[in-house]
Amino acid sequence: MPREQFQRGLRDVEDGVLELGSMVDRQLERAMQALIDRDLPLADAVIRDDGEVNRTRFHLDNMCVSLLAQQAPMASDLRLIIAVLAMVSDLERMGDHAEGIARIVLLTQDEPLVKPLVDIPEMALQARQMLRDALDAFVDRSVESAYLVGHADDGVDALYDRVYRDLIAIMTTDGSTIEPCTHLLWIAHNLERVADRATNIAERVVFTVTGMLPEMDVSRY
Amino acid sequence: MSDRVSTMPPRGEGLDLRPRTNGGTEARSDADKHLALRVDHISAWYGKKHAVGDVSLDIEANSVTALIGPSGCGKSTLIRTFNRMHEVATAARAEGHVYLEGEDIYAPGADPTLVRQRIGMVFQKPNPFPTMSIAENVAAGLRFMGIRSKSEIDGRVEHALKAAALWDEVKDDLKKSGMALSGGQQQRLCIARTIAVEPEVVLMDEPCSALDPVATLKVEDLMRTLAKDFTLVIVTHNMQQAARVSDRTAFMLAGDDGVGHLVEYAPTEEIFTNPKDERTEAYITGRFG
Repeated sequence: MPREQFQRGLRDVEDGVLELGSMVDRQLERAMQALIDRDLPLADAVIRDDGEVNRTRFHLDNMCVSLLAQQAPMASDLRLIIAVLAMVSDLERMGDHAEGIARIVLLTQDEPLVKPLVDIPEMALQARQMLRDALDAFVDRSVESAYLVGHADDGVDALYDRVYRDLIAIMTTDGSTIEPCTHLLWIAHNLERVADRATNIAERVVFTVTGMLPEMDVSRY
Repeated sequence: MSDRVSTMPPRGEGLDLRPRTNGGTEARSDADKHLALRVDHISAWYGKKHAVGDVSLDIEANSVTALIGPSGCGKSTLIRTFNRMHEVATAARAEGHVYLEGEDIYAPGADPTLVRQRIGMVFQKPNPFPTMSIAENVAAGLRFMGIRSKSEIDGRVEHALKAAALWDEVKDDLKKSGMALSGGQQQRLCIARTIAVEPEVVLMDEPCSALDPVATLKVEDLMRTLAKDFTLVIVTHNMQQAARVSDRTAFMLAGDDGVGHLVEYAPTEEIFTNPKDERTEAYITGRFG
């Protein structure tokens, strides 16, 4: 195969995206675990490990820039590198949302739980599934699978609506719950943004394959 | 000079390619007005060897069109059919039509010499006339057209050298031999010579292949400037060059039968970001071969 070095570079970049995605998924899992178990050392670890997510993102950025500068990629190779640059930015921001959740865990360590955690963990599961599905769509270069990720965002938005209404109702009834309810709302908002970013990644998959960037879902928040 | 040359109308009155004995070629349509060249089912042979098969494409006025493709795809042969240079080669012939501003250059009675004045050509190896000075090189085409006035010739030589971005470098040495210039300067001299006769189209066959990178970029910049006044068609094996300078790109490929065909012709940005044909994709991503 001609351009062996370049092909290797492209494969390394693609592997790097999957590695970063896996790292971010793990961070989200751990952040939610820290929340449910009120596990403060685990929350600390998530915050600390966000540095590794950032370093990996910048390493991938640099790989892409090198490929652009040295290999003059064209057509599908060019679209791949442009898409990867956007994807790793979204993945790094997802990592920030996981870190944000961990920070809230530390912040709320002495607060009572104002409602059982049901919808918020469900949001997290769905958002993480969307992330995994978006990355699968990337590996398979599947436009169809990418669009399914876009549709799944509706489910997460609906859960967020419910969480929001529930928390507003609680806050309206009892003023002393405003602070803890707000913290839970922040967590839910972080998860809603994770789902939006998974949709962004899915849009970039469509761009990689077709050269067109679709607007899959407009966030209401 | 022949009688024919001395009776040519001066520029501005419209050089006519219509046959002198019988009626004209087809009337100009609205569509033709915006096209500098319409290539209509052109095929070309060298003796029995079928080199180019049935190529059609439209070239807009004041655009730069690049022809790309691997060696042997027929791109140099094709470009030479655009100004009837192809038939100069031994046993070479072409079939089909090429309409210049609506007039078929292959119409019976069309004068190939007039064709080549309206559709000029710059070649890969710079070829200034070796026995002439810089000024005489540029003036050569004007004299051939029958222009006698020294002031007009001097004016048009200066204008052409300025348009070719060479004037400042040679204005004090116009009587020096053209061969005394560097490779890049010689090529710009050839460009000046070509545009001095005010063609409508300038064809360039690998114009930078013999030049160093700095000279190449100067000629590339010049191409964009020239496109304001002329229509350019270039053959290049340098894909990055095609990507840099052209508005539209045509990709050619020889089939198993050895005949060169047009595979894809589209805006350059599309060809290099999202080509429709997988053969184009394979070529420009370097997976070819």
